[in-house]
Amino acid sequence: MSQSDLAEIIRERLAPFPRDHFLSAGDLNAATVPPLLDLADAFVDFNRQGAKALDLMRGRTVVNLFFENSTRTSASFEIAARRLGADVTALSPRTSSVAKGETLIDTAATLNAMKPDVLVVRHGASGAAALLSQKVGCAVVNAGDGRHEHPTQALLDLLSLRRAFGDVGGLTVAICGDIAHSRVARSNVALLSMMGARVRLIGPPTLVPGDADRWGCEVFHDMRKGLRGCDVVMMLRLQLERMEGALVPSTREFFRFWGLDREKLAWANPGAKVMHPGPMNRGVEIDSDVADDLSVSLIQDQVEMGVAARMAVLATLSVRREEASA
Amino acid sequence: MSASAAKALAILNARLLDPATDYDGAGAVLVENGRILEVVHGAGAAAPKGVEVVDAGGLCLSPGLIDIRVKTGEPGAEPKETLKSAALSAAAGGVTTIVVQPDTDPAIDDPAMVDFIQRRGAALGLVNVRVAGAATRALDGQRMAEIGLMDEAGALYFTDGDKVIANSRTLQRVMSYAAAFNALIACRPADPWLSEGAVATSGELATRLGLASAPAIAERIQLERDLALVEQTGARFLVDQISTEGALETLARARAKGLEVAASVSVNHLCFNEVDIGDYRTFYRLDPPLRTESDRQALVEAVREGLIDVITSAHAPAPAEDKRRPFAEAAPGAVGLETLLPAALTLHHAEGLDLLDLLRPLTAGPADLLGLEAGRLAAGAPADLVLFDPGAPVVIAADALRSKSKNSPFDGRRLQGKVRLTVAGGRVVHDGR
Repeated sequence: MSQSDLAEIIRERLAPFPRDHFLSAGDLNAATVPPLLDLADAFVDFNRQGAKALDLMRGRTVVNLFFENSTRTSASFEIAARRLGADVTALSPRTSSVAKGETLIDTAATLNAMKPDVLVVRHGASGAAALLSQKVGCAVVNAGDGRHEHPTQALLDLLSLRRAFGDVGGLTVAICGDIAHSRVARSNVALLSMMGARVRLIGPPTLVPGDADRWGCEVFHDMRKGLRGCDVVMMLRLQLERMEGALVPSTREFFRFWGLDREKLAWANPGAKVMHPGPMNRGVEIDSDVADDLSVSLIQDQVEMGVAARMAVLATLSVRREEASA
Repeated sequence: MSASAAKALAILNARLLDPATDYDGAGAVLVENGRILEVVHGAGAAAPKGVEVVDAGGLCLSPGLIDIRVKTGEPGAEPKETLKSAALSAAAGGVTTIVVQPDTDPAIDDPAMVDFIQRRGAALGLVNVRVAGAATRALDGQRMAEIGLMDEAGALYFTDGDKVIANSRTLQRVMSYAAAFNALIACRPADPWLSEGAVATSGELATRLGLASAPAIAERIQLERDLALVEQTGARFLVDQISTEGALETLARARAKGLEVAASVSVNHLCFNEVDIGDYRTFYRLDPPLRTESDRQALVEAVREGLIDVITSAHAPAPAEDKRRPFAEAAPGAVGLETLLPAALTLHHAEGLDLLDLLRPLTAGPADLLGLEAGRLAAGAPADLVLFDPGAPVVIAADALRSKSKNSPFDGRRLQGKVRLTVAGGRVVHDGR
């Protein structure tokens, strides 16, 4: 398919984002997700072309505001915005004004005065993205707020799954590891459940919230029991500071009981796929043997889908702003 | 060793005492390949040909005792006690399973240490040597130990021993984590701040003796916390060495609410009270300290009623140099493996406790708690047995004890109850006939 044909398909599928901001998976619903994924699918094809320049966001300014260290997510958003033709500015306030005592609201007000169109924000505090969205005039995309949500990760995971399985409805997805501190888990539970997947949470009791069963998920502490009948095994990153005796005795014990290796993967359904939001702790939550096996691992797909899914989010938010101002 | 293990043995003409089935009556036990082949109820059983026969002469035959709280000095303090000296003491005392405490040097806080102790114990070919793993690394009360891996390696339960996990968040995490493995956590209830430096229980006597003391409520306060955490985390829990009436009331209330918690008591606290420290004899310097007579009586009643599941010897060897000191400076603890049975039988002779009710917390009680096959007279169970004469008078002589340390508070006491034969894994490991 030629580049102009792809651009045509993208334009046909382009629709306004359902909300002014994308703060949590709950900003989407079962009706608005499929068209967004269809658009993302078109971006996937487009991104596999040689030249990757579109003008859907020409003249628009996207500000990447990452209060927490991030390489892959900020790069993914930046590439997505640039391919749509936007101007991108990346800020890491850790090393700038925040160090001088500026509050989150001050930073927001300052940036707002510069009239960006989209603010992509990552912050260590739950609710930070929502707070910013109330104080700025642009669209806010939550790129991770504390342990609350990381909705574009869930969207890209959903895109990867839909492309691998065709439909996520009826799939059984196990999310494993450090559920308690994971914004990826919270967004995925919400989005996967919304789209009709059955979600299980597996991890040691110290890393699975006691009331997680009320999220509508089945909770397991035993991988063997939890993985039985699963089509997808989504491993989460275990933060180093949570290990070594505080919540888990040691990395070797975690790997023995909850680290995904070939033996544990065999407890899931035949053909089960493996996911990980990255970056991976090899030998802690996942064995390289499994992570690098392209016949079971969707991990590289997830990174590719990340750019396409974020292009879909940025482009549709842009359309909504244009329509609102028109 | 293996040749004798395979040898068949018949103990005939015995009074069988099996708390697991509440059987107290005449009978015989046939042993083969380390296991009980058959238990015959009633008199007159004959032995098959070619079998070594022991005529019990009507003496009591019960499952070998299981002592879940045994300290040794191996590794790290071998002059105090080795696994071998502890195992020899156990065999002489009719104890066929000992559960070694993790407060060795280094602590038993990883699977390699669990494996090491079990192998060293098995190589002795005496009694069963099992392990309690540390709940926190190096017993520091802060960092969770490798409970899952130690559980896999064979550790029976997890505890910081005499050390109290003061940090409630640490204990909450340990309990919560252990629940994933259905692992048993044991804690000594003692408020660390109230108990700091105390060597006696607060009261008129401690004041008169001029000893630093902790109030009895230090135990109840900590137990209330522990039980609240048990309720929240759903952990399996053992109250280690309960010793006061107030704590027993707390335990009873929790049980009545449906909380599944087990409790152990040391035989010392069933036999002695604070008056015994009256002349500053350091063999009575125990941890927890000896309590009032009313506490002791409440403990005896709790055993009778089944509120207490386990009686331990609280075997804690301390060499003379650690005991020959002023009371407050002396090391706490007492050896107890070899005297466990006659000491416990005091409750039968002096307090009228039924023999089955007394033996239950020494056999089936701990076996059920720890998921052991032993502790019962049943076909297929390990042939761990003790043949004893419950009425035989003995005078305890500390110097004659097999433990490397001789710190027995029963030294010089006249007790009743003599172990005649101890069989572990089908082999005679002590013959006192």
